[in-house]
Amino acid sequence: MDAIILQILNGLDKGSAYALIALGLTLIFGTLGVVNFAHGALFMLGAFCAVTLSRIISLSYIVLDDTKKDFLGNPTKIEVPYIYDWLGADTGAAIIDWSVPLSILFAIPVMILIGVIMERGLIKHFYKRPHADQILVTFGLAIVLQEVIKYYFGANPIPTPAPEAFSGSFDFGVLVGFDPNSIIYPYWRLVYFAFSMVLIAGVFAFLQFTTFGMVVRAGMADRETVGLLGINIDKRFTVMFGIAAAVAGLAGVMYTPINPPNYHMGMDFLVLSFVVVVVGGMGSLPGAVAAGFLLGVLESLASMGWVIDLIPGINQVIIYLVAIVILLTRPRGLLGRKGVMEE
Amino acid sequence: MGILEVKGVNKRFGGLQALGDVNLSIKENTVHAIIGPNGAGKSTLLNCLVGKLIPDSGSVMFDGKSVLGRKPHEINQMGISRVFQTPEIFADLTVLENVMIPCFAKRDGAFRLHAFESVGQEGGILEQAEAILSDVNMLEKRNMHAGSLSRGDKRRLEMAMCLVQEPKLLLLDEPTAGMARADTNNTIDLLKEIKATRNITMAIIEHDMHVVFSLAERITVLAQGTPLVEETPENIKGHPKVREAYLGEAQV
Amino acid sequence: MFGLNAKDTRLLWIVIGLTMLAPFLLNPFPEGSELAQFNAGYPDLMQRFVIFGIFAIGFNILFGLTGYLSFGHAAFLGVGSYAAIWMMKLLTMNVIPAIIMSIVFAGLFSLIVGWISLRRSGIYFSILTLAFAQMSYALAYSVLTPITGGETGLQAKISDPRILDSNAGEFGRANLFGLHMNSSYELTIGRWEFTVNTGYYLAACVMLISFYMAIRIFRSPFGMMLRAIKSNQQRMNYTGLSTRPYTLAAFVISGMYAGLAGGLMVAMDTQVGPERMFWTASGEVVLMTILGGAGTLIGPVLGAGMIKYMENIISKINDSILHQWFSFLPDGLEDVIVAVVHPFIGKGWSLTLGLTFMAVVIFLPGGLVEGGQRLGRLFGRKSAESDKKTPPAE
Ligand SMILES: Nc1ncnc2c1ncn2[C@@H]1O[C@H](COP(=O)(O)OP(=O)(O)OP(=O)(O)O)[C@@H](O)[C@H]1O
Ligand SMILES: [Mg+2]
Repeated sequence: MDAIILQILNGLDKGSAYALIALGLTLIFGTLGVVNFAHGALFMLGAFCAVTLSRIISLSYIVLDDTKKDFLGNPTKIEVPYIYDWLGADTGAAIIDWSVPLSILFAIPVMILIGVIMERGLIKHFYKRPHADQILVTFGLAIVLQEVIKYYFGANPIPTPAPEAFSGSFDFGVLVGFDPNSIIYPYWRLVYFAFSMVLIAGVFAFLQFTTFGMVVRAGMADRETVGLLGINIDKRFTVMFGIAAAVAGLAGVMYTPINPPNYHMGMDFLVLSFVVVVVGGMGSLPGAVAAGFLLGVLESLASMGWVIDLIPGINQVIIYLVAIVILLTRPRGLLGRKGVMEE
Repeated sequence: MGILEVKGVNKRFGGLQALGDVNLSIKENTVHAIIGPNGAGKSTLLNCLVGKLIPDSGSVMFDGKSVLGRKPHEINQMGISRVFQTPEIFADLTVLENVMIPCFAKRDGAFRLHAFESVGQEGGILEQAEAILSDVNMLEKRNMHAGSLSRGDKRRLEMAMCLVQEPKLLLLDEPTAGMARADTNNTIDLLKEIKATRNITMAIIEHDMHVVFSLAERITVLAQGTPLVEETPENIKGHPKVREAYLGEAQV
Repeated sequence: MFGLNAKDTRLLWIVIGLTMLAPFLLNPFPEGSELAQFNAGYPDLMQRFVIFGIFAIGFNILFGLTGYLSFGHAAFLGVGSYAAIWMMKLLTMNVIPAIIMSIVFAGLFSLIVGWISLRRSGIYFSILTLAFAQMSYALAYSVLTPITGGETGLQAKISDPRILDSNAGEFGRANLFGLHMNSSYELTIGRWEFTVNTGYYLAACVMLISFYMAIRIFRSPFGMMLRAIKSNQQRMNYTGLSTRPYTLAAFVISGMYAGLAGGLMVAMDTQVGPERMFWTASGEVVLMTILGGAGTLIGPVLGAGMIKYMENIISKINDSILHQWFSFLPDGLEDVIVAVVHPFIGKGWSLTLGLTFMAVVIFLPGGLVEGGQRLGRLFGRKSAESDKKTPPAE
């Protein structure tokens, strides 16, 4: 029982990442009608926003420390971040420690900007083109983005730790009445889950309660009619693209302590996110979120020892197996609308 | 006993009773018109005949066999062809290819792996296709992309695609809608000629009363999903129920 | 000729000429010259051209004609490869049984996958095929290790039984009735060097047969039905045609092409690993086809050639080569140019590839074939341009 709870918890953070990427994917698809293969790259760019910020704030100069000598008798070199000088050593250290959460503030404007540039500069011209063209051009863009990142940051994963305060684990089991040490759960994963819930709730609230969101939702349902009402839907869709980019980016920022970012993490998540979107039902926002968590948790449950003993290899294929079963029994995914992407 | 027997057909869309207890009998080798105001359920009725929709209850017999539960292509192979209200053609193919496909469907059935024959060398098929195109006056457009045709031409093409199959029953859903007067008259002449030269039964839905009275031998009036009357054209003109159904819609 | 019309016959002859002369045409620069970097006439790369050409030709029969976008074709390539390597392990190093079995097994597997996946269309179909391929990949990696060799894959070994080979126990090489696939004849003419390789010519002949069959399919009533399915499925049904067997037949045919490509890969280089089935490999054939021009005859072959050429040639260029090329420039300028070009070469070849994809889709929506047509029109070669395009059946 405790093992199952642990696996469900473990599945939640992966599920959160799936849900956030899939949410943006389906938002873009629903509003713009574009299949965006570069969406995983936006997730990756978000993660590298965190890396960039942490590098910027820990920019250092070198001082020689005469009190200590290294084995050659030379004074040891100490790196002192500039920020220590400006804000004092304590504040500076705290800021460096908290660089990942701080990156949220940095990533929001950057990601929205990237999203808007992407939409205005490229995607806009592909609204009326066949899906195959959209796939090819966004795939090309994804390759370009990840190669650029690889060029500047190298091919190896870059460890980006969570703040000291969250780096430990807590004993979840004790909380719910199990033996101590039966369910140990890292704090940061809990933070990630909570963060993604807030983000998802934020997006839904935005779509539900603002006039902007209402128009976008109406546009998703029936673009032509809304266009006929004289509402400039294109501009709103550009903003929507920016928001979807920011959501994917933030998902990436906060994921860095869980998985050190590398340049191909976007592609790794992209394929699964597409499966998630389709399982949830193309164009359905709640569907994308539900399917994200469902598949994340199922993947995690299937990797339990006794499950693998029972059905060897199931942990490797569970997501795809579930996708096949759902698509065959529910033609339009869990919560999909009729006629979307079936031409 | 007609070639098509519809008995007690009902179809609901949620709260809307699109068809309510429809009985209809179409005799072999007649032209049977189905008229009625917009939203009367005429297209829905045709959808039930060709397998696009399955009625909630009732029976549809064609040539003594039930069509219910059969797939659209099976129903077509039984001998029912349909011209749709909005033209359904192969927009990316040429006009000639559009009419060759039904020729192959008639010759080879629902599927055949003729991967190593050559379209260009299908002598019989090519001639058949060209013959029907000249019947509908479209031979000179044979190499055009069907998608680039005018709306009227698309309809004529679709009609040619159905006629070339020599169906036993031809269903026409507003075949002249969107056509210019001259084209409408050509279509009337074409259908008249087909009726005269081939054994073909036609059910035609039409709002244009000129077309209806030029062709039809029997007329069924449908209103709110239920047949009101079935009569000959002469008797239908002054029929009080028809006036009622069409009140303000058209002069009958 | 060959049951083709005049245009198609000419296209076929051109392709025959190009593939047969490829070892010479692709080595236009003398050995040792600065431009020798761009020579592609070495066996390994030429084999890859034609093998991926076959893969893309087959994929195009499905995607180009019916519009069904499969994201799982690498699985069939992988199954073909595994079937071939097992033939080489169990029966003989002769490539004929290997190639035949690769087609058979890939055909059977694609029949199963297609039968299930074709219940859905659009992106749902794409995801179903992707799911099957990813499952095959994951299983080949893990549970199916006894059959697939897991992560290390399979190689032909001396200890394999090979019951048909008389000299069992001795390490045989992949051969066609004794003709070794990796045997080459080096031809030196002046400063030029050419390599005539047995494996390449076998693969090229198979590719030509595949290409010829693809033309026949394109021009057949069957091919016309497939295009009609792409255009309007509803009309197909109401014309008395059952679309599912047509799409399934197209799916299985293209799966068999993929298996054939996989079998040939093993014939050229007797080893297989599961990464051959990974989704990026499926994506690659999609890109090849669209890049060249989906639905055209020659497009997929061009696309395959282009991607493989860039992958192999651009990735080999390095800074010192660049310095050589630009050495005629003043030193400062030379360094600047090398620095600018640097990110696009060597390991950065995928950056170039990504940019090429984008450029082609943005400027040439019909792929390279459309580019060729535009060039043709520019130079007023009105008649030649229509060669490459699918002309309407006449
Ligand atoms: N698939 C459907 N789902 C829900 N309602 C439908 C559907 N098809 C038709 N209807 C409704 O059923 C009613 C009958 O429609 P139908 O198309 O049969 O009318 P019609 O007689 O052909 O009209 P028109 O002359 O305008 O073509 C209409 O109110 C229509 O809105
Ligand atoms: Mg109607």
